[in-house]
Amino acid sequence: MTAMTKEELAAMPIEFKLNGRDVVGYASETLIQTAKRHGVEIPHLCYKEGLRPDGNCRACMVEIKGERVLAPSCCRKPAKGMEVVTDSARAVHSQKMVLELLLSDLPQERHTLASELDKWAAKLKVGSPRFAPRHQPAADLSHHGIAVNLDSCIQCTRCVRACREEQVNDVIGYAFRGEHSKIVFDLDDPMGESTCVACGECVQACPTGALMPACGAGMIQPDKKVHSVCPYCGVGCQLTYAVKGDKILYVEGRDGPSNHGRLCVKGRYGFDYVHHKQRLTKPLIRKPGVPKQAEFTMDPANPLEYFREASWDEALDLAAGKLKAIRDQHGKQALAGFGSAKGTNEEAYLFQKLVRAGFGSNNVDHCTRLCHASSVAALMEGVASGAVSNQVNDVARAEVIFLIGANPVSNHPVAATWIKNAARNGAALIYADPRRSELSRHARYMLQFKPDTDVALLNAMMHTIVHEGLVNEDFIKSRTIGYEELKKNVAGYSPEAMAPVCGIPAKTIREVARLFAKSKSSMILWGMGISQHIHGTDNARCLIALCMITGQIGRPGTGLHPLRGQNNVQGASDSGLIPMVFPDYQRVDNADARARFEKLWGATLDPKPGLTVVEIVHAILDDKIRGMYIMGENPAMSDPDAHHARAAFAKLEHLVVQEIFLTETCYYADVILPATAWPEKVGTVTNTDRMVQLGRKALEPPGDAREDLWIIQEIARRVGLAWNYHGPADVFNEMRKGMNSIAGITWERLEEESCVTYPCEKEGDPGEPVVFVDRFPTATGRAKLVPVDIIPAAERPDREFPFVLITGRQLEHWHTGAITRRASVLDAIESEPVASLHPLDLDAIGAKPGDVITVESRRGIISLYARADDGTPRGAVFIPFCFYEAAANLLTNPVLDPFGKIPEFKYCAVKVTHGGELTPRSSYGGGQTLARRQIA
Amino acid sequence: MDNRASHEPQPQGKRARVRATPKGRQVDPNAHKEIQSLLKGAPRRRDLLIEHLHKIQDRHGCIPAAHVVALAREMGLAMTEVYEVATFYHHFDVMKEGDTPPPPLTVRVCESLSCELAGASRLIRELAASAGAGVRVIPAPCVGRCEQAPVAVVGQNPVAQATVEKVQPLIAAGKTRCPVGKYITYAEYRRKGGYRIAAECLAGKRDAEDLTKTMEDSGLRGLGGAGFPAGRKWRAVKAEPAPRLMAINIDEGEVGTFKDRYYLERDPHRFLEGAIIAAWAVQISEIYIYLRDEYAGCREILERELTALRTDPPCPLPPIYLRRGAGAYICGEESAMIESIEGKRGMPRLRPPYVAQVGLFGYPTLEHNMETLHWVRDILEKGASWFASHGRHGRKGLRSFSVSGRVQKPGVHLAPAGITVKELIEEYCGGMLPGHEFYAYLPGGASGGILPASMGDIPLDFDTLNQYGCFIGSAAVMILSDRDKAAAAARNLMKFFADESCGQCTPCRVGTAKALKLMEAARWDQPLLEELSVAMADASICGLGQAAPNPIRCVAKYFPDEIK
Repeated sequence: MTAMTKEELAAMPIEFKLNGRDVVGYASETLIQTAKRHGVEIPHLCYKEGLRPDGNCRACMVEIKGERVLAPSCCRKPAKGMEVVTDSARAVHSQKMVLELLLSDLPQERHTLASELDKWAAKLKVGSPRFAPRHQPAADLSHHGIAVNLDSCIQCTRCVRACREEQVNDVIGYAFRGEHSKIVFDLDDPMGESTCVACGECVQACPTGALMPACGAGMIQPDKKVHSVCPYCGVGCQLTYAVKGDKILYVEGRDGPSNHGRLCVKGRYGFDYVHHKQRLTKPLIRKPGVPKQAEFTMDPANPLEYFREASWDEALDLAAGKLKAIRDQHGKQALAGFGSAKGTNEEAYLFQKLVRAGFGSNNVDHCTRLCHASSVAALMEGVASGAVSNQVNDVARAEVIFLIGANPVSNHPVAATWIKNAARNGAALIYADPRRSELSRHARYMLQFKPDTDVALLNAMMHTIVHEGLVNEDFIKSRTIGYEELKKNVAGYSPEAMAPVCGIPAKTIREVARLFAKSKSSMILWGMGISQHIHGTDNARCLIALCMITGQIGRPGTGLHPLRGQNNVQGASDSGLIPMVFPDYQRVDNADARARFEKLWGATLDPKPGLTVVEIVHAILDDKIRGMYIMGENPAMSDPDAHHARAAFAKLEHLVVQEIFLTETCYYADVILPATAWPEKVGTVTNTDRMVQLGRKALEPPGDAREDLWIIQEIARRVGLAWNYHGPADVFNEMRKGMNSIAGITWERLEEESCVTYPCEKEGDPGEPVVFVDRFPTATGRAKLVPVDIIPAAERPDREFPFVLITGRQLEHWHTGAITRRASVLDAIESEPVASLHPLDLDAIGAKPGDVITVESRRGIISLYARADDGTPRGAVFIPFCFYEAAANLLTNPVLDPFGKIPEFKYCAVKVTHGGELTPRSSYGGGQTLARRQIA
Repeated sequence: MDNRASHEPQPQGKRARVRATPKGRQVDPNAHKEIQSLLKGAPRRRDLLIEHLHKIQDRHGCIPAAHVVALAREMGLAMTEVYEVATFYHHFDVMKEGDTPPPPLTVRVCESLSCELAGASRLIRELAASAGAGVRVIPAPCVGRCEQAPVAVVGQNPVAQATVEKVQPLIAAGKTRCPVGKYITYAEYRRKGGYRIAAECLAGKRDAEDLTKTMEDSGLRGLGGAGFPAGRKWRAVKAEPAPRLMAINIDEGEVGTFKDRYYLERDPHRFLEGAIIAAWAVQISEIYIYLRDEYAGCREILERELTALRTDPPCPLPPIYLRRGAGAYICGEESAMIESIEGKRGMPRLRPPYVAQVGLFGYPTLEHNMETLHWVRDILEKGASWFASHGRHGRKGLRSFSVSGRVQKPGVHLAPAGITVKELIEEYCGGMLPGHEFYAYLPGGASGGILPASMGDIPLDFDTLNQYGCFIGSAAVMILSDRDKAAAAARNLMKFFADESCGQCTPCRVGTAKALKLMEAARWDQPLLEELSVAMADASICGLGQAAPNPIRCVAKYFPDEIK
């Protein structure tokens, strides 16, 4: 007989007696769970589904025959023949006494409408407590998002487990002892001054209201709860909006496949931008005489100074009429469109269809160009698929996790929690990034390599693997092409030769290479530290090759995962918001693909790939593009060398911007079409894991703002397309006809399940979380290995500009800040523009932390506050690109990767000096929203 | 319309401000440097956290917040992980910004029952009044020197029958180290046949099965208090898959108990030999010794003798690690001790799984009280029947009674199991103190209950006291006289439990505090106390909470007149 697996054992029925009844339990469950399945309720407080049972509150005590004392049913498992009684006088006595003891220490005034303690006390008819209350601690209201009222704390440690074991943020501790035991943040610091990242998991976990959303939001009964998806990063967390009237009260994590109830600060506290008073609510037409020039700024609080309100008909007629006129006068190549990775799949699809079928060119792109275009280029070349091979939480099944060029604790916080969980459970995390982050503590190897030296590091790892005979020869033979060239190429990249280049000791490079190659399952995840270089494609090629020569793909816990940035950058790309390809990455220069879409759309399509984001900017300045339609993108902030980009947008004859706020790009608009924010519409988005998820409408749009899908269709009609879609389901059904990957996903299934993973080619297919199991979707079925050599960054530091500028994001702020800096809590936590430098570098320029410094490149100059961060490498300065007062992209270098056409956001030369003049703050940012909310 | 809203003054209160660093406390470079030098050469493993905290406390007389943060960085821990551990233990003084650091010298005065009977409260008051600047006088839970009551500990220097007159000169002279008395050294122990059996075992000249059988036949039971048969425990742990570990409990914190210290101060190798034999028999790969921090003298002895042992080993030795407690009664509970050895807060684990199955670092663990191992050599040399041949009133074996309170000769008395308290007082303790009449006794430390003198003829052993709501535990017998009150003793004990509760489970954390409040009333609310007692006994995680109501219930049952 073979031994049973863990799963088989867990599924074995266990017969035992519960309150005199014969019941069946399983080894995988605890008594409280078995009891629940059999309709027997046992009071509990410290126990919460999803958290490790801790058994500390002792409210769930039951009697087990033959045992001296009672047993906690949340921790004990059923055993054959066990006799369990949950409602004997003895068990109930202890259950009630525990509730009474805890009740005696609670204040009269509750901080929640849903106290679990009160609920159980009522159920068990526990009367007024007979014990004298404890001395109560003072409230801690130091945090902008979370109120801490430890007078309601019952020390159940659910918050500790949520913070430490679930999110692994490790901020909350249980300090002191006995009756002085206390929930603390860091060293018993005020929460607002602690290392708390405000993921809110503790609030979600707290049963008694000791931790609650700030300002009493939890004390209002919502009218309804609406299930949706988080509008921020590519992790795609499911969430629930609690709505009262026309306002979102608070957000809760929902048990979606990518988040299992977890959220981060943005998802949980970044929702009230939708209620910001600067929302655009009327179509706007630029007033005559309002100048268009790169330096021109507006106050978003006061759009009528530059625009006049118009009816939808007038605005749409003008917007579309002028686009049509340019097309008709200057030809199809004179128009271009930027869609958005923040819109839905349906919007992205219709937008690119509009550009292709209506404008008549392929000049359509979006911010994927600025984030993972190079990764996608390398993946398309190597494995003919731009999406991830394995889903993020597959890290739980990896022995080795190789994370490079990414800062998921800030940018993909919930993905980071899975990585931290895996590392805690014994997976070896190899974390390679020039910047150290809170995740580094969890890494077995932290490789803080020199910026720009990815290829050196990765080739040296491959050198080790090849020369120490650690390659997977069978895999190479059967599933790849090009190994001999790769082998020849990496021969020149010994760890010893590369150590001085990348700054990682040769011994360490060899160790991590061996670890990666030898493990049963190694998974690679990467971010924009890899992609945003002129050698971004080469960087990704190295990762693909590393994965292939070791055969670490096609199985659970292996594979390639570029962490996608925006909530729908995967979906927008899939939907064809890319100049070279139709939906599903079918090349526009492929005749079959073109024929397919010409038939589906009833239009003649341009066989020539269109221009990319930065190329479009150049084409405007070259007078080749004269009119643009921009939906939900803010290139005036996000494009490299922003001054140059702004000059281009200012030069456009006609610019239509569809937005929810008056963004920097709107400064150059002729017509502004007020659109909907995420919670105001229905549609699907696709996350980094290839999960297509349904967002549901929670609110009506403000004023005369309209759904984006409607606006696109109205523009389309006015440029001559006879469209008649009745909502997103209609659009989605058409998409299925052009996209094999999602052909099997029905709208009804999305409504039912909220999430379906693709590929899902036939209705009823479960969807494939792991792909490339036995072949790659290339013509040969094999992956292509591409050898690469070191190409240095385009602009290296020199005497005049001695620092390296690295740009990126910070936890609280999203992209260009248009949304998050209007979300009161997020804005209050990170309110001012900051540049992070190593404390010793700050010292060297004579600045103290918090001082104003000036950062200048060959293209621009900004002044902002200095932040001392010893995670930033010496000689580098990190600036988030979300601050309009100090836009990092005024400094960046617009040079492009030749394949992905992605700019080198991660590297250019700057000088840093002490002092400078801050740009005055406009009407948002700087904590203004929260301050106003609190006055009101 | 004003379009420069930023020029309006910001409202006060939660005003946004520039954060000059990443969130929260940052590592102070100077503190970091100091931590690195303090830890030089030491591994940064999590389980050494308490050891490392001791290094800081010993150097600074406290643990500054900056050092907590720096230590966390150095060990790859979150700062709160270090903070919550440091604040759990009495012997660590975490100092935050604005706190006044403790004076350089601490005088701890034991306030547990025997010392309390001997006038600890007055002593604390007098010492506090007379101690100058640079000294703090604080009450402390049982320091394990009850036969010398009242005891004050100057730094680490214990003062027997302490008075202001005795303590003051020590403070003045800075005599803060624990003196080490004469004991049987390694050389001497070996000269007298020590480690012969251990060497035979390791040389393959003994049969592990026979040896285990001898242990079983001797009837030796765990002498830490639980009384689990030692031989059976060996067998149980051996049946678990390797690797297996051993943890030796010398956290002797049970009020009134001092037998382990007594043996350690005189004959430290005897239990070490027992441990080596047990490790061989059970195929243990590593031995951890957990010694309470109060026993500074014993620590010096053990460090010295372990070095001697390792320098000239009588046989191949498993790795033996000596770990230092930090002031927490609860760490005498077997699973709490394991948590503490792992560098964590000493919070007992829920069982099952049992320590024998999932113990230290998750491995099957043979955990023994020191004294249990102390008897291994004698039993193997003299045979199982030698140990079993002792006993009185139908009981078998020997017990080391730690006797304190109102007797003439308090101390450790090795007596037959089953002896009654009256016999113990008369035959071993020289009778009651002059002028004192036997009134009541605690048969098993703080948790074993309180019995009246009229019940002084019950044989003292495992199992014999259960029917009276009491137990013998670690055989710490405290004698009260007609000048004492059982209710006052019970209050003293409940205060001890409330102070020492780890704070994990509700019945104990809240229950001990509420019970103490109720017991401070002149008339006890007996029905409510009884309701509370039932739940504490039934629903607490570990023995502390389960046994904490014993004194309440004994007073109610045997001394009802005192609380009416």
